[in-house]
Amino acid sequence: MGKTLVEKIWDAHVVKRQEGFPDILYIDTHLIHEVTSPQAFDGLRKRNLPVFRPNQTVATADHNVPTIDQHLPIKEELSRYQVDMLSKNTSEFGVELYGLGHPYQGIVHVIGPELGITLPGKTMVCGDSHTSTHGAFGAIAFGIGTSQVEQVFATQCLLQQAPKTMKIEINGTLEKGVGAKDIVLYVISKTTAAGGTGYFVEFAGSAIRALSMEGRMTVCNMSIEMGARGGLIAPDQTTFDYVEGREFAPKGEKWEESLAYWKTLYSDEDAEFDAVLEFDAADIQPMITYGTNPGMGIGIAQNIPATESQVESERPSYKKALNYMGFADSESLIGKRVDYVFIGSCTNSRIEDLREVANFVQGKQKAPQVEVWIVPGSKQVEAQAKAEGIDNVLEAAGFILREPGCSACLGMNEDKIPAGKYCVSTSNRNFEGRQGPNARTLLASPLTAAAAAITGKITDVRELLGAEAVV
Amino acid sequence: MKKFETLNSSVVPLPIENIDTDQIIPARFLKATTRDGFGDNLFRDWRFDGDNQPKPDFVMNDATYAGKILVAGKNFGCGSSREHAAWAIQDYGFDVVISSFFADIFKGNALNNGVLPIQVTEEFLEKIFASTFKNPESKLVVDLEAQTVTIQDTNESFTFEINPYKKSCLINGYDDIDYILSHRAEIEEFEKTRPYSYV
Ligand code: SF4
Repeated sequence: MGKTLVEKIWDAHVVKRQEGFPDILYIDTHLIHEVTSPQAFDGLRKRNLPVFRPNQTVATADHNVPTIDQHLPIKEELSRYQVDMLSKNTSEFGVELYGLGHPYQGIVHVIGPELGITLPGKTMVCGDSHTSTHGAFGAIAFGIGTSQVEQVFATQCLLQQAPKTMKIEINGTLEKGVGAKDIVLYVISKTTAAGGTGYFVEFAGSAIRALSMEGRMTVCNMSIEMGARGGLIAPDQTTFDYVEGREFAPKGEKWEESLAYWKTLYSDEDAEFDAVLEFDAADIQPMITYGTNPGMGIGIAQNIPATESQVESERPSYKKALNYMGFADSESLIGKRVDYVFIGSCTNSRIEDLREVANFVQGKQKAPQVEVWIVPGSKQVEAQAKAEGIDNVLEAAGFILREPGCSACLGMNEDKIPAGKYCVSTSNRNFEGRQGPNARTLLASPLTAAAAAITGKITDVRELLGAEAVV
Repeated sequence: MKKFETLNSSVVPLPIENIDTDQIIPARFLKATTRDGFGDNLFRDWRFDGDNQPKPDFVMNDATYAGKILVAGKNFGCGSSREHAAWAIQDYGFDVVISSFFADIFKGNALNNGVLPIQVTEEFLEKIFASTFKNPESKLVVDLEAQTVTIQDTNESFTFEINPYKKSCLINGYDDIDYILSHRAEIEEFEKTRPYSYV
């Protein structure tokens, strides 16, 4: 019997498989950031161990950093201490750091791919659940806890049970105004936030193949929001074209050698998945969430489902969520007031996202009452946006381009949404308080977020696209 | 890691589904660089209001319920991979979390910190809630060796699953690093043949 893509990559990294024990899985690349690494470095000190393979470890500062005036010292004391601690730890243990001020600094899941560190067939981990993003290249990439960060520091390996595999196939063509973010929010709304638990998900089908690398990253990024351990997409010409020539990508002979290997990375025809789901791209509308987990999403033209339509045991949690959001049963979201718009995070802060937003807002004006934060994913994205004049287009429409970091995705820096306010956000989590205590988050695509920024209301972006020529 | 012993305790019931790690420990408390003191902020925004006053209707502020076992609705620990969630639960004094479903990363993080996540059926979960709400002093007995959890009042018992390796780690207080390091020669051997030896 053939193998799935996950099995191929997994098996190629098993150092030891022993009955009754999890596999010892070799990790090619370990990404770290300031929040989930300090206790792991401390653990090494206590055990008197070095980082086993420092040159397979890359660090950046992203979660705590300000997105305005990054050249000044961080004002908030604890944030500053954590970022300083990362500098101290990485220099003590000989790990490369792309910290504040470095031209490669940015959100860890944005810089890996753009630097050519993320490659097909790799195993990659990071103390961060959205490590699943890197799966877009046909890598096995997943988030780990701090004890496991310490394990990888100490051994470059992890003890892991081989996962179950699920294939999610999406065929057909997307409607105009519908993109990668809508695909993944749609899938999660169908599977629920726990539907992928225990699985590694391979995304396939013509609608996935048609996506750019940026779009594929958006999809894999949010695979964790259906509970999956990770998501991935078999590499193809789109992948190879994206990787070629990037800073740390293989070159010359190594490139040819790698390419030959990468072309073997697909699920065999006769491979068996533990579960298979299929969806039709034509059924997908621009999506928006109305509740407090990413599975609570609807097509923007639909109404919020009634509490009665939920399984009885789930009704109290459902009611609690609607209550938190200040929404009623069965109502429509269209036309509701929006206070904040956040365009950023490792889900949607890449150059393609900014291009799409700039393209859309060109010639329009931001609604005066809405506060908008547009945060690029990395220094390189920021530089590219400036080189393309995107910052000027945004400015003319009343927006500003901030500096890179996680920002309002989790509000660890000062970019917090105030209590009770509504924020249409391109990030990945709408949990209670995620963007600040009692903040209300509505997850959506960059286009839907930009439409809200222009009208000041929840808007079906397709109506604003209607008059424009189809390109 | 401390050794896990048989536990006999009353429970703190939290019949809410999809409790994510942002609720267990909100992001603004992740700025610490040590593992200590997270228990104070466990379920911070459910436990305290904006003026840091305890919210009386939250179960952890209700003296009726106490114990070393947290019992919660399904899909517990979803969301962020932050191990701080497991640290907060442990630091507050819970040794066991029971739910009808756990998110993967949380389950691993709990086990790596000596907190035992026990997955039971929906029906058994309902029974635990029912017996606790009827009699808050009702106790559960968790026997890791036998892999059972028993409601003392009714003597109903459930046999749970746990990976045998993880079970022995908990019982003996070992951790994964000790185990992997004992295979160091094999790791170095593996590195000579792996596809990405050049990066
Ligand atoms: S942008 Fe948000 S989801 Fe992504 S790494 Fe940062 S905090 Fe996590």
